[in-house]
Amino acid sequence: MELFSKAPEGPLAEKWDKHKFNVKLVNPANKRKYDVIVVGTGLAGAAAAASLAELGYNVKAFTYHDSPRRAHSIAAQGGINAAKNYQNDGDSVFRLFYDTIKGGDYRAREANVYRLAQVSVNIIDQCVAQGVPFAREYGGLLANRSFGGAQVSRTFYARGQTGQQLLLGAYSALSRQVAYGKVKMYTRSELLDIVVVDGQARGIVTRNLVNGEVQTHAAHAVVLATGGYGNVFYLSTNAKYCNVTAPWRAHKKGAYFANPCFTQIHPTCIPVSGDYQSKLTLMSESLRNDGRVWVPATKEIAERLRKGEIRVQDIKEEDRDYFLERKYPAFGNLVPRDVASRNAKMMCDEGRGVGASGLAVYLDFADVIKRTSAQAVSQKYGNLFEMYEKITDENPYEMPMRIYPAVHYTMGGLWVDYNLQTTIPGLYATGECNFSDHGANRLGASALMQGLADGYFVIPYTIGDQLAQTPPKPVTTDHPAFAEAKAAVQARVEQLLSINGTRTPDDFHKALGHIMWEYCGMARNAEGLKHAKAEIQKLRREFWQDVKVVGSGEEMNQALEKAGRVADFLELGELMIDDAFNRNESCGGHFREEYQTPEGEALRDDDNYAYVAAWEYKGDNQPEVLHKEELVFENVKLTQRSYK
Amino acid sequence: MAGSASTTNTKPMNLKLRVWRQPNRQTEGRIVEYNVKDISPDMSFLEMLDVLNEDLLRAGTDPVAFDHDCREGICGSCDLFINGRSHGPEKGTTTCQLHMRKFSDGDTITIEPWRANAFPVNKDLSVDRSAFDRIIQAGGYVSVNTGGAPDGNEIPIPKEIADRAFEAATCIGCGACVAACKNASAMLFVSAKVSQLALLPQGKVEAQTRVENMVAQMDIEGFGACSNIGSCAAECPVGISLENIAILNREFLTAKAASNNLA
Repeated sequence: MELFSKAPEGPLAEKWDKHKFNVKLVNPANKRKYDVIVVGTGLAGAAAAASLAELGYNVKAFTYHDSPRRAHSIAAQGGINAAKNYQNDGDSVFRLFYDTIKGGDYRAREANVYRLAQVSVNIIDQCVAQGVPFAREYGGLLANRSFGGAQVSRTFYARGQTGQQLLLGAYSALSRQVAYGKVKMYTRSELLDIVVVDGQARGIVTRNLVNGEVQTHAAHAVVLATGGYGNVFYLSTNAKYCNVTAPWRAHKKGAYFANPCFTQIHPTCIPVSGDYQSKLTLMSESLRNDGRVWVPATKEIAERLRKGEIRVQDIKEEDRDYFLERKYPAFGNLVPRDVASRNAKMMCDEGRGVGASGLAVYLDFADVIKRTSAQAVSQKYGNLFEMYEKITDENPYEMPMRIYPAVHYTMGGLWVDYNLQTTIPGLYATGECNFSDHGANRLGASALMQGLADGYFVIPYTIGDQLAQTPPKPVTTDHPAFAEAKAAVQARVEQLLSINGTRTPDDFHKALGHIMWEYCGMARNAEGLKHAKAEIQKLRREFWQDVKVVGSGEEMNQALEKAGRVADFLELGELMIDDAFNRNESCGGHFREEYQTPEGEALRDDDNYAYVAAWEYKGDNQPEVLHKEELVFENVKLTQRSYK
Repeated sequence: MAGSASTTNTKPMNLKLRVWRQPNRQTEGRIVEYNVKDISPDMSFLEMLDVLNEDLLRAGTDPVAFDHDCREGICGSCDLFINGRSHGPEKGTTTCQLHMRKFSDGDTITIEPWRANAFPVNKDLSVDRSAFDRIIQAGGYVSVNTGGAPDGNEIPIPKEIADRAFEAATCIGCGACVAACKNASAMLFVSAKVSQLALLPQGKVEAQTRVENMVAQMDIEGFGACSNIGSCAAECPVGISLENIAILNREFLTAKAASNNLA
């Protein structure tokens, strides 16, 4: 199948308006005759469910949490970008578009990114109207800050809890539609399969996580808003429940998976402290506005520090290497995430890392505290400092934070066209679970923007195009495809329960995470990837012979839930390896050691790899087939990213 | 940990856990004792429970069900009643951010689910908090549809008001306030949403019906009356202030004075 992006022709700035005019409309009286399933209630899902219900569609919304408000969007700290130019510092829709395309290392689709920048301004207005308490200046107007990788102040924020406030805004809009009866909310319900009838997405199969009941649900269209797959690495900044099951089930039913190897490693996380570690905690990137990143200037000093022979306070100014400021004078500590992460790794590889493990660098606030005051710093970052102290037992007002990169976000995801429709007609993917806007690297404060853009301002228009061409007749779960999908889900649950092996789902998950981090993490090479592929295949075989889950499928069974998610990660992991192996270039978060400039920067190959790699599932243990969507750049010139 | 000024525990610990086990809502529960060994003080409380659960699972025993997700103290999923306190002994901390360095070797730790009629047990330590969702559905929103919102800077909001609204809006909906209250009252939770929206010009328009409807729903769900003791605010992991309950009461009285008693 040829990939057709459906990106409209014509000048960039006119594409979205033109497209909105060209998409077919559903007659207002007919909207209530269409059912739409929305899976996931984070920013993308809650915004879509609320907005579609407001338009008049009947929405069924699903979440595996006990409440839609728990979705992991809630943990986003730093902020949300919008091209408002309230600060009069030269921002514009085109600049936000340009920064996003460049930040993504020229591996995103121009038309989608421009639309994202255009609707960004509406998001802020919408959220303010909902009562989202953004930070404000004394004059009563909205405050902004600059954020990793941007030279303008376009980030709106609510202290260090922007994701929480935006999600609670979307949740309130969703709750209002639940009260009106336009959204039927299914909590603690996990999607376990997609139902496709005559080539069209027609419904889903879910398992109730409290009583184990497997249910089928039919609709005229299905929207997935199920987040990213960073937990394939076991340790990441994602919440513990985050998983790939929904998009992976869709993939196995015919939806292409795009750029799976594009994962973002966030530079400022609290380092790992032991084997028991269950997750990693992000320290917002906004801290890099005021914190200075450094390591000891020599290996010898770093060694003495790690051994406890000297204290950090004893290291003289001239013995400190502020390596980001030194190497990238123009951007300094604010270089994009991939650059900051890779440099931290380089310093630790050189033996200059700090902390007991040597896998950390310092993020130091001494200067800003001296320049302003501890109180001023607390105003901006108080909750982050507290969180750091709770976890590490160290006070960041008195000594520098220790930070290290960790898996944070996945730019890859289900391939979608300009309408956010996957390669299965009637199946849409929004937010982090699609691939479309961030290329090979996402800029800070752009995930919240994309989730809400897709949910509030894109899908409500584009879904109509498909629905207007679907007869407004009721859909039911009578078709045999529903019974088949349900039986398959039940059989898989039974299979997981019957193995009764010796290793826990977490045990397999950790083993997979080690392989992925070692060979498909911050740096990759062909040899390592080949090795990792074999290792994952072996681990997957072992899983299906030796995993241990007790209890039954007819009750709340968290080990069973976990086992199902790990099984899907074990398949996704191999596809990520294939994708990383195929892409013989370095770009954004994908750094292949064979392809770098003499200075150690990522070396792209635009002649051969300026495409989206979309993978087609061909059956269990069959190689997936690669389809290419060539990326055409008409409005930006491809250059090597330089932040020097 | 060079330079740490902390006086807390730093050695591995052996602990006795007394855990509430209950197969489902219909079956009676009971306390079951377990021992856990070599617990690192740097572990979070939930990582300690992970250790217990891995041991149980390997031994073929059903692991302890509990709710958790972000493990950063923001999603509000975790909800353990530890040694008789919501989220345990550390002030201003969710269970997931409570670290084992706050305990000592040889300690006995009692772990129960939230206790409230309005929060029935699903299994073991997991409870059903959907009553909170229904209270929000009763009016915890501003009635604006997507699109057509005025420019974000159209209505200036004094920084002090915006900050106070933000403080109220940081409620994570965990239910610790209900669990801490002898009346199992949800006043702090409800008041946080009522004040956030009553303080902001966008929320003022519907302030009257909102407070009436949310309070009515709170009563329907079976939460008790305010005890006026303030244990809710004392145990709130994110520091939601009692001042919000005062605002709620004022809003409620004003609303009722002018009410058509629709709710």
